[in-house]
Amino acid sequence: MSARENILARIRAANKTANIDDVMDGAVADRLGSPPISALPKLDWESEVHFKLRCKESASSLDEIARIEELPSAVNRYLSKNVLPNKAVCWPEFLNLSWAAEGIQMESRGAIGDDKVGLTGSYCAVAETGTLVLLSGPDSHATTSLLPETHIAVVQRSRIVKTMEDAWRLIRGEVGSLPRQVNFISGPSRTADIEMTLVYGAHGPFRVHVIIIDQ
Amino acid sequence: MELTSHQFKSVSSAKLKDVKLQKALYQAKDGFVVSRAKVVAELDNFEEIRQAAADVRDHCLAHLDLYLEEWEKQAQAAGTIVHWAESYEELNALVVKIAQDNKVKKIIKSKSMVGEETGLNQYVEGHGIEVKETDLGEYIIQQADEHPSHIIAPATHKSKDDVADLFAEKHQRPRLDDAEKLTHEAREILRPHFLDADMGITGANFMIAETGSTVIVTNEGNGRMTTTMPRVHVAISSIEKCLPTLDDFALIMRLLPRSATGQVISNYVSMTTGPKRTGDKDGPGAFHVIILDVGRTRVLGSELREALRCIRCGACMNHCPVYQNVGGHAYGWVYPGPIGSVLTPAYNGIENAIDLPNAATLCNQCGVVCPVKIPLPDLMRKLRERQYEKNLKSSTEKWSLRFWAYLALRPKLYSVVTRVMARAGKVLGGDSRRIKRMLFAGQDWTRHRDLPAPRGRTFRDIYINKNKTANR
Repeated sequence: MSARENILARIRAANKTANIDDVMDGAVADRLGSPPISALPKLDWESEVHFKLRCKESASSLDEIARIEELPSAVNRYLSKNVLPNKAVCWPEFLNLSWAAEGIQMESRGAIGDDKVGLTGSYCAVAETGTLVLLSGPDSHATTSLLPETHIAVVQRSRIVKTMEDAWRLIRGEVGSLPRQVNFISGPSRTADIEMTLVYGAHGPFRVHVIIIDQ
Repeated sequence: MELTSHQFKSVSSAKLKDVKLQKALYQAKDGFVVSRAKVVAELDNFEEIRQAAADVRDHCLAHLDLYLEEWEKQAQAAGTIVHWAESYEELNALVVKIAQDNKVKKIIKSKSMVGEETGLNQYVEGHGIEVKETDLGEYIIQQADEHPSHIIAPATHKSKDDVADLFAEKHQRPRLDDAEKLTHEAREILRPHFLDADMGITGANFMIAETGSTVIVTNEGNGRMTTTMPRVHVAISSIEKCLPTLDDFALIMRLLPRSATGQVISNYVSMTTGPKRTGDKDGPGAFHVIILDVGRTRVLGSELREALRCIRCGACMNHCPVYQNVGGHAYGWVYPGPIGSVLTPAYNGIENAIDLPNAATLCNQCGVVCPVKIPLPDLMRKLRERQYEKNLKSSTEKWSLRFWAYLALRPKLYSVVTRVMARAGKVLGGDSRRIKRMLFAGQDWTRHRDLPAPRGRTFRDIYINKNKTANR
């Protein structure tokens, strides 16, 4: 017998020994068929307000714009203020904005080791934890939010959901099966592995800047 | 990993005298305990969430065969190659075979406790393949050629100065004296490895049956790198890490980061389902998952079953007065603290870790903070009972217990003996009211601390006297 068969047989035998009631078998299909949501905390806040609060707590900075056309100037504002290079890589959806007018050299491709600034969109955002949800795909390189020292992310105001459960509901409804990777990102990369001292920029970005957009 | 739990007494005695370690443990304790308390208090229904999480874990374990089969079905549908392993050797050999089949020369690794169990790094390096640990704590440990002392903060026993010396030696660069600079030096050193490694190995905090996914929860971003940059990704996990649905995972995520590091959420939660898809610009071309069962099914059918609920947050050790004083290495295996005192004997045989279930005051701090309500003191007590039945207790302990039982069954004799002892204790305590040195079995007690001396009267005497006064 294979390792797989042996292990599954041992699990069945162990559960029998432990007198686990097997009448529950239908419960497995039920749970998988319509996953129950349990023990939600009181979520007595307004999503956008709470999202911003949590972003700040996890050391992300914030900006807001009304229209996508305002994005280049918002990015320029942030880069200038923090004395960062005006050269960046982005997801394809943002390439055709007037970057040159703002003096920003923008390229649409995945990030490589030397890129300093990465601009991404987001699938949705979770207010409870101040989290960006990014799905991998042909037009959403995972490297853009990972390799550069600065990650700028655009979040649509209407897509700030309350909980991770809400994010799963949205993905199940709109996307169906999961993409290769779903990344939940909450602020810049960090570690406290040396004497519990919090340090940003362990391996991922040192800075995360969230730009909330109306449209 | 080699088991050295039988040396618990001697190692822990040495650790108690290790000034640097004591300072490091003190710092870590404050950090973990205080920040956990703060974020747990934010939830209005923490107890309800704990109960729901314990129920989900129990439900999943009760139907683990069905959920694993479903997980496998979904994972394979997404293109994941699934392997099963019944021994450490089998898992290690599978990893090496995948590496060799893919002509892998360099591996980057994100933290995995299953990998610590199997001694994976050593095995892989023995086959001429380079392995780089990338979690900062694990990287420090690997450079120092040591084992982790904590499941969340592997290098918590090392001081900043230790790391500074180590990095200066290993990196051949000027010595740095600042946690931030040291962290960024490690980033600089490891970045090229992320970019040119052929294979990435990660653990999996959970496997989601609904979608056939594996999840890793990290703060540094090394987990994302390891699952994205190399052309082959291997995730190693064990059977009990299964969760039924994405919503069950969301529930558990309200507990795991809070209990582990005192965070509302960890920085990166990365859920991987299969290899790179058509059109994807990044991600590995091949994704393997190896599921291990060593000891798990044995525990599943035993009275220690509830230990399999564990989600590896480390709260039990962070809050344990014994761990806080002796640190993780004294426990002599992969998992320290109260959960280690249960899992180490459960997986390695109770005769090989006699001291661990006894190295507890049964104060139940661990049971109170466990996010999935594992009754850790009860499980340790059960292990002690089995030790007694199997005749594994020391003769001193057995004779002491027999002597006590003899007295306890004879109330009059008990009263006389305790009266004598209470008075003798008062005399021995003297002005300091402390007994500094006891004889026989008592030696072990007074070696590290004084025994507060009895005040001359027994509880019974005081009780009887009090009743008399009250009735007068």
